[in-house]
Amino acid sequence: MGLKIDLDLCTGCGACVAVCPFCALAQRADGKVEVNEACTACGACLDSCPVGALSLETESKPLAMGALDGYRGLWVFAEQRGGKIHEVSFELLGVGRVLADRLGVELCAVLLGHQAGDCAGPLFEHGADKVYQVDHPALENYTAEPYAEALSALIRKYKPEVVLAGATSLGRGFIPRVAVQVNAGLTADCTELDVEADSRLLIQTRPAFGGNIMACIVCPDHRPQMATVRPKVFKPAEPVAGRTGTRVVENLPLKEPGVKVLETVNAMQNEVNVAGAEFIVTGGRGLGAPENFKLMAELADALGGAAVGASRAAVDAGWISSFHQVGQTGKTVRPKIYIACGVSGQIQHLVGMNSSDTIIAINKDPDAPIFGVADVGIVGDLFQVVPELIKALRG
Amino acid sequence: MHIVVCAKQVPNTTQVRINPETNTLVREGVESIMNPFDENALEMALQLKERHPGTQVTVLTMGPPQAVDILKEAVGRGADEVMLLCDKAFAGSDTWATSYALSMAIGKLPKPDLVLFGKQAIDGDTAQVGPGVADWLGMPCITCACKIEIAGNRALVERAFEDGYEKLEVALPCALTVLKEANVPRMASLRGKMAAKKLQVAPTTAEMVGADPAKLGLSASPTRVMKIFSPPPKTGGVLWQGEEPAVMAQRLVDLLRERKLI
Ligand SMILES: Cc1cc2nc3c(=O)[nH]c(=O)nc-3n(C[C@H](O)[C@H](O)[C@H](O)COP(=O)(O)OP(=O)(O)OC[C@H]3O[C@@H](n4cnc5c(N)ncnc54)[C@H](O)[C@@H]3O)c2cc1C
Ligand SMILES: Nc1ncnc2c1ncn2[C@@H]1O[C@H](COP(=O)(O)O)[C@@H](O)[C@H]1O
Repeated sequence: MGLKIDLDLCTGCGACVAVCPFCALAQRADGKVEVNEACTACGACLDSCPVGALSLETESKPLAMGALDGYRGLWVFAEQRGGKIHEVSFELLGVGRVLADRLGVELCAVLLGHQAGDCAGPLFEHGADKVYQVDHPALENYTAEPYAEALSALIRKYKPEVVLAGATSLGRGFIPRVAVQVNAGLTADCTELDVEADSRLLIQTRPAFGGNIMACIVCPDHRPQMATVRPKVFKPAEPVAGRTGTRVVENLPLKEPGVKVLETVNAMQNEVNVAGAEFIVTGGRGLGAPENFKLMAELADALGGAAVGASRAAVDAGWISSFHQVGQTGKTVRPKIYIACGVSGQIQHLVGMNSSDTIIAINKDPDAPIFGVADVGIVGDLFQVVPELIKALRG
Repeated sequence: MHIVVCAKQVPNTTQVRINPETNTLVREGVESIMNPFDENALEMALQLKERHPGTQVTVLTMGPPQAVDILKEAVGRGADEVMLLCDKAFAGSDTWATSYALSMAIGKLPKPDLVLFGKQAIDGDTAQVGPGVADWLGMPCITCACKIEIAGNRALVERAFEDGYEKLEVALPCALTVLKEANVPRMASLRGKMAAKKLQVAPTTAEMVGADPAKLGLSASPTRVMKIFSPPPKTGGVLWQGEEPAVMAQRLVDLLRERKLI
């Protein structure tokens, strides 16, 4: 199976070569096109061919439906550190509820840890019908191996059809091991989820190529269907006080962790963390110098305690630590107000902040791409506009 | 010590643009590069080699024949050995199948003490291959590592989290995925460039590493790309220009107050 090229039809125009995101198409000496190992059969080239010489051969393998039928239920991995549930878990319960209802199945949460207190309560209140709980010394501090071992054991025993986890550094660190262990497909960092009621397929949409394209991904022949989901793209479930559900406590024999946690350092102790902040003031290369981040801090203060964000250019220049970076390789944020100052708005930055409620951009270049996503764009010198803004906010 | 670095050739995604008329990807003129995070993984290996004499660094890539370019780059910077895993049987592998293939190839190399990966590849951005390979190999894997020190058969590693970092200790062999913050990758040396020029790389096939064909390529990949599309273009709101900064600032604050945002 894979991409088929009808060489009799191919005119050698090369149109498909240019659109392939994976550099998988090349013209031979005679001009006709051939496909190489990099092809992922994504189909991006199909429409580019003016003569219809390209097609995707699909497999006629009989679906292992019987085997897949035994899998039921939608699971959310509930991320907990120090007894506190990560906000993304409530977001997953929010979207999970909708998907579970459409599939007509239970919404379950999985809680791993050691003497972490009663974390199941908030999970029930946010919509979980059932909470699978494993308490074991090996799970006291997060390390990938025992986490993967525990979740894999639960999946083998209870056979959920969908498993969702937050695309946090914790989730993205151990879920790929689970996918290998239970022989399942895993889609990373999804920003949209949907189910097809008849086929029971989870349609997972995610950005690729630095956000330049979106891909819809399915796992037709393997269960569970697994995805990590980007924080802050779904709204958290509304809690219902006093709501409860079934608690299933599992005793698992887990191996001693190979990785030992010696020390945990919180680098954001005295600052507002951009992930989760309601207001964010971001500085880019336009700030020109590290000391000008003071101006950002002042604006943050005038807003009544906003977090300070940064573009990668500002982080790379060494003006501020990488914990502040917003974007593809930084954090994804969804504040009520995002104020970008001296940020050009390259796609890698935009994918991390473009779902913010209100976006304000200050840039002296009227053609800066950031204005394309801004609700209010101010063309001007940030060193003139921001001090006036601080004055007006305090006035 | 033997360190294996897994590196991938990727299109430079910062140069990728969408043609707004046809709504398709414009890849023309986009160069292929070594995945930026893999440069940091390679640099980490080379620095360890400097600190621990006798260390061998092997760079492994799976990809089409032209991926040899990044192996040459790696040799130019100081890698000792390379392996190009190249076979039509690998075509269309997702992270599950890629992890399996790479783990089989590593199994054919002298037993590694460390296996290094980039944090993620910038084409797919999945960050799944490193932990996946480690699982096939039965090794611990620390993701998002920014610092490493080796003492005897143990490693002290610093790994970053969203809001801080952790100091970890692990017995070798182990796998790490490496962050950009870890180091600044070096350029190829003149001597290295000469060595790279002379480099002849014979592709290693699936059969040569003993990989099970049923676990390779598109047909063995659990995930399927159903469709690819361009994100809908965002439309901006209002643009204010040519007025006094104080006037625009006051109007903005009024607007935010009116909408009860502040
Ligand atoms: C794999 C990869 C991942 C990446 N991940 C991220 C990421 O996570 N986050 C991220 O931000 N970037 C990321 N980038 C980098 C991204 O492509 C851009 O290079 C970066 O966002 C640019 O930062 P900037 O807007 O601050 O700088 P620039 O693009 O240099 O823009 C500076 C802007 O400031 C304006 N300006 C200058 N002086 C003033 C003034 N006095 N007043 C007002 N405006 C002024 C200029 O007009 C300009 O528009 C990534 C790139 C790659 C390849
Ligand atoms: N085809 C490949 N060949 C070698 N290494 C790879 C390949 N694909 C991924 N990797 C490694 O796995 C890391 C994560 O890739 P990904 O999971 O695709 O984001 C990369 O930074 C590389 O170190």
